[in-house]
This record gives sequence, C-alpha cells and structure tokens, in this order.
Amino acid sequence: MPDRRGHFGQYGGRFVPETLMPALLELEKAYRRISREPEFRRELSWYLGHYVGRPTPLYCAHHLTDALGGPRIFLKREDLAHTGAHKINNTVGQGLLARRMGKTRLIAETGAGQHGVATATVAALLGLECEIYMGSVDIRRQRLNVVRMEMLGARVVPVSSGSCTLKNAMNEAIRDWVTHVRHTHYVIGSVAGPHPYPMLVRDFQAVIGRESKAQVRRQTGRLPQVLVACVGGGSNAMGLFYPFMDEPVRFIGVEAGGRGLTSGHHSAPLCAGTVGMLHGSVGYLLQDSWGNIREAHSLAPGLDYPGVGPEHSYLKDTGRAEYVAVTDEEAMEGFKLLARTEGILPALESAHAIAYLKKLAPQYTQEDIIVVSLSGRGDKDVDVVAKELGKRK
Amino acid sequence: MTRIDKVFRRLKEKGEKALIPFITAGDPDYETSRRLAIEIAARGADLLELGIPFSDPLADGPTIQASSSRALKNGVHFASVLALAGDLRRETDIPLILMGYYNPILQYGLEKAARDAAQQGIDGFIIPDLPLEEAASWRAATGAAGVSVIFLAAPTTGPERLKTLGRLTQGFLYYVSVTGITGARMELTRELIPELLRVRALVNCPIAVGFGISTPEQVKKLAPYVDGVVVGSAIVQQVAQFSGAKTIKHIGDFVASLKTPLRGGKDA
Repeated sequence: MPDRRGHFGQYGGRFVPETLMPALLELEKAYRRISREPEFRRELSWYLGHYVGRPTPLYCAHHLTDALGGPRIFLKREDLAHTGAHKINNTVGQGLLARRMGKTRLIAETGAGQHGVATATVAALLGLECEIYMGSVDIRRQRLNVVRMEMLGARVVPVSSGSCTLKNAMNEAIRDWVTHVRHTHYVIGSVAGPHPYPMLVRDFQAVIGRESKAQVRRQTGRLPQVLVACVGGGSNAMGLFYPFMDEPVRFIGVEAGGRGLTSGHHSAPLCAGTVGMLHGSVGYLLQDSWGNIREAHSLAPGLDYPGVGPEHSYLKDTGRAEYVAVTDEEAMEGFKLLARTEGILPALESAHAIAYLKKLAPQYTQEDIIVVSLSGRGDKDVDVVAKELGKRK
Repeated sequence: MTRIDKVFRRLKEKGEKALIPFITAGDPDYETSRRLAIEIAARGADLLELGIPFSDPLADGPTIQASSSRALKNGVHFASVLALAGDLRRETDIPLILMGYYNPILQYGLEKAARDAAQQGIDGFIIPDLPLEEAASWRAATGAAGVSVIFLAAPTTGPERLKTLGRLTQGFLYYVSVTGITGARMELTRELIPELLRVRALVNCPIAVGFGISTPEQVKKLAPYVDGVVVGSAIVQQVAQFSGAKTIKHIGDFVASLKTPLRGGKDA
C-alpha cells in the first residue's frame, strides 16, 4: 500500500492542478530512488540520532496507570524530540530529500505551529529559504510558535480566508507551490495531500512505531494490546500504527470531537464525515451535500482540519483501525490528568489520546499494555488552557 | 462533430480566433449572471466558461476566490449552475463549458453530473484539480453522455505528457500561461510565446491560452499563436464592482474590445 498510482483502496490519489503533476511524479521517483540509497539512510539516521534526539523514550507511566486502575500505560515520548513534537521526524526526512533534489526553498502549512517550527528548523539547519502559511486565528492562539518560526529565519504568512485555520493555510500553501514549483519543495506535514505524500510522510514517521515495538518488547518481553494516538491528518497515528500492521494489536485513532459530534463543531471526519476529495486525495471529510468543505472546529489547532489521511480512511473501512472522538472538554481533562499524575504537559492534540484512556482502560486488565503516542509537548498551549480553565471556574 | 468543434472549425475558416470569457455562475446573483452571459455571448464571445462556485478553489487567485464565495453566500451550488446553463441554452447557441473543482461533481455523482449537464445543453467541463491520471471514471461518464472533457496543460508539462494531453482532450487544449494561479497580470511572461510554439508543434487540437490575460493588447499579442484566448479574472473583477445595468453594458464593451484583435484580417 499504496498502489502505483497512490491509491489505498478507493482512497488517496493525486488530484492536483496539471502544473503540479510533473512535480509530484518527480518527487515520487526521487523518493523511491533516494530513500533506498545507503548514504541517504545513513544521513537520515545520523540526524535523527544526533539532532532530533532519537530514540525518544517509551515511558512506563506508573502514576497514570494507577490513576486509571487498569492496564499498564506506556507513553511514546515524541514530546521530547527536538522542537517538541513528532513533526520533526518528517521534516528532517523531507528536508534532506528536497536538498538532494536541488530545491532551494521550503514551504509548509501549519495549524498548531508544530509542523511550521519543525520545517523552519530544518530549513535553518540545511540553509534553505522558508515560508510558513498559517491561519490568522491560529497565529493568535499559538503565538509562541510564531515567534519561534520567525527566530529560526522563516517568514510566517498569515492566511485570512474562511475559518483562518489549517485548511485555509493549506490552500494557500498549495497556491504558493503551484507558483514556485520549480525551486520549491512543499513539506506537507501530515499523511494527507496528494500521492506520494501520504506514503512518504508515513514512512518518515514510522520510526515512532519501529522504536516503540523494540522498546516495549525490551521492557516487557511482549507486544501491547492496544496503540492509541490522536488523529488530525493522522501522521503520528500512522507512524505508530504502521510497523504493527501485521501484529495482533488493536489500533485506536482519537479524533477531535470539538463541542460534540452532533454539534456540527468538530474535526472528526472519520467518525462523522463522508467520502470526498480535499487537497489532492480522496478520503473522509467534512462537507455539505453539495460538496463544499465545511469548517472544522477543535480547541487543538493541530487537529482543526476537515480532512484526514487516505490510509486512515482505508483502515477505517477495512476495520483494521477504530476511530473515536473526544470533545474539547474531555481533552482538557486529559491535559490536567497527565500534568498532575506524571508531571508532563501534553500538547492539546496529544491530550485527546490521553483523554480517551479513561474510556479504554476499564476494558483491560492489569496484565495488558497500552502504548499511547504523546505526540507533542504542551508549552505552546498554556495560554489556551489557562483561558479555558478560567472560563470553567 | 460537437458544438465546440464546430465553433473552432468555423473560426478557422474565417481566419478568426476564439474569445472564451469566464464568469462565476451566480456572482453576484443568478439573474445578473444570466443577463451577463447573454450580453457576453452577444458581444463577441465564441465560447463561454461558467465557474461552479466552490469553498476551496485552490487553483484560483483572490479575484475568483472572492467571486466564488459571493456566489456561495447566495446559495449557488452545482444544481443551480446546471439550471443557469439550461436557461442560457434556451437563449443562445454558444458552447457552454463548466469550470469547477472535482469534489462538488463527485458529490453530485459523476454519471448523474454528466447526464444532467448534457440534458441542459452543456458542452464540456474543465476541472482544474482532475489531472489525466485520475480522470478515467469521469471520462467514461462524460463519454457516455456526450459531454467533452477539456484538459489543461502547463509550462511544467513535459513533451510526452503534452502529446498525450493533446490526444485525449476534447474540443481544445487549455494551456495555462503561467506557472501559477488565476488572476489578472500586467505582463505576459517572456517565455510564453516560445512555449506556445512548442505546444503547437506537439499537439494537433485547437489550443486556447488562459490565466492572467486581461487586456486587448495582451490578447492581440497572443492571437497569432493560439486558437483561442480565455479571459476570467479581468471580467470577474468588474462583476465585483457590480452596480446594475450599467455594469452589464460595461462588461459587454470590454468583451467586444477583447474580441476585436481576434477577428483576424487587417484590424488584427
């Protein structure tokens, strides 16, 4: 998976303007060739080890386990990777690839700013020019990351169309790419977008699952019963799941339920969406009956997106993975729970995965193991959290 | 022979080139669109492109984005565009081409979209985010209904791909003048004319050039190298400032001024 044309069953594909088609074909060819070269693999693994700080720990969260009173919970600490989230795994990979392809400029879309920071970081590292598209609402709610990107030498371009969040930022990034495709590489931050991105981003993020598998075996002598990760576009989830695909392990992806699935204000296309095409690939998405894309909502800017990666759409249909939703309010509880029990502030995105443990843990015994992807750290979210907590007092 | 083919053949015989104006259906409202289209057809357009409004028009610049959202705010959707085309067909013989993004057509149903379009007298579709590689189902649906699928080619399209596109497109090949999105531009790129010569050498079908072309001077410069010229944003910009019957006449005058350099003979 995917097939030669980038399809995962009926999902995926390459629905882009003709101007970009040659670039996608070139990217796919370059990726297939370069990713096999021993020299590239050595270079990538050197950067992952010495620059990103991999392997990240698989931490047995005793206090959280006690608080939930059931299965042993292990946290895959992507929050401890350089720049504070899993996004860097992908941007280092794509950055090295782009440099080998002779591209001199990187662009990216960002919601929470984590992918923007990770792209700006790699651009600084590799000496590439960098512009980041970010919705003006997200610029407001993720101020810290905007400052970080600017310090790293990137230009942050505010996008003020529609809901002024991730979807609109991605539209604008695609428009930039159409215009500057000859020397620019578009660093898509999730397992979404046209082929080969869903495959390529998955492969770069699969390091999360490969490490987790080895670590959980080393620490416990066996494989976990369940893997849990939040799903916006779905890159940390796909990265964790993929190396376990042929193992008898349950996969649970947690979408952002926003104000509730029946409220119309959520970001849960897998739980409550329909099949359509957005940003270059077919998958589940939020749309009206005429095929116009609906605005998503989530307290977590990184999940605030109306689409999802095509491979997740496929895994939903085949039943290999299950997808559930957690509301803004539950995610806030997840945030507090992890902070108080383990002394870790999770990103609001990752807090969705933590929050779901309250529902999941009672289904398992103390003999069982759950691995949760802690995809990012919560420093960026303290303003939003403080405001939400204030509201609830 | 389709209505589109007939127009290009007739123009060729007369030594003329086609003017292909674009307006967004339902911008600023349904009735104005209808009257504008009729005026445009009467004032020198040879084919007419009707834009289907969409929430995320990622091949379009700010002008057409804004136009699309005005139409959406008025509740215009794919079925209303079909209805508008049907109304136009009762009043004019001009080939009607719908230009829109894939998802609204996919949601409506590919076969139903092609069938209903044919029934309303629509001649073809341009779908900027449906490249050749993904177009098999759509080509089958439109083929059965007798509606043309017009492909786009771009400055980044290589020679082999150009040949394939030239062979598979129906009616004409839409050549995108810039590596970029739609929107009026002051200057044509220096490479454009050599590129048009390159395209001409590789394909046999009529070639229309579009994206960024906004003045009669630009149209005149391009006319010798193509079979048709598409003008979109420059017209839509004027719709944005719409103020009644005067605007319709004004846009009609603009369309006439764009057609003049395409008429061939001495005044070209």
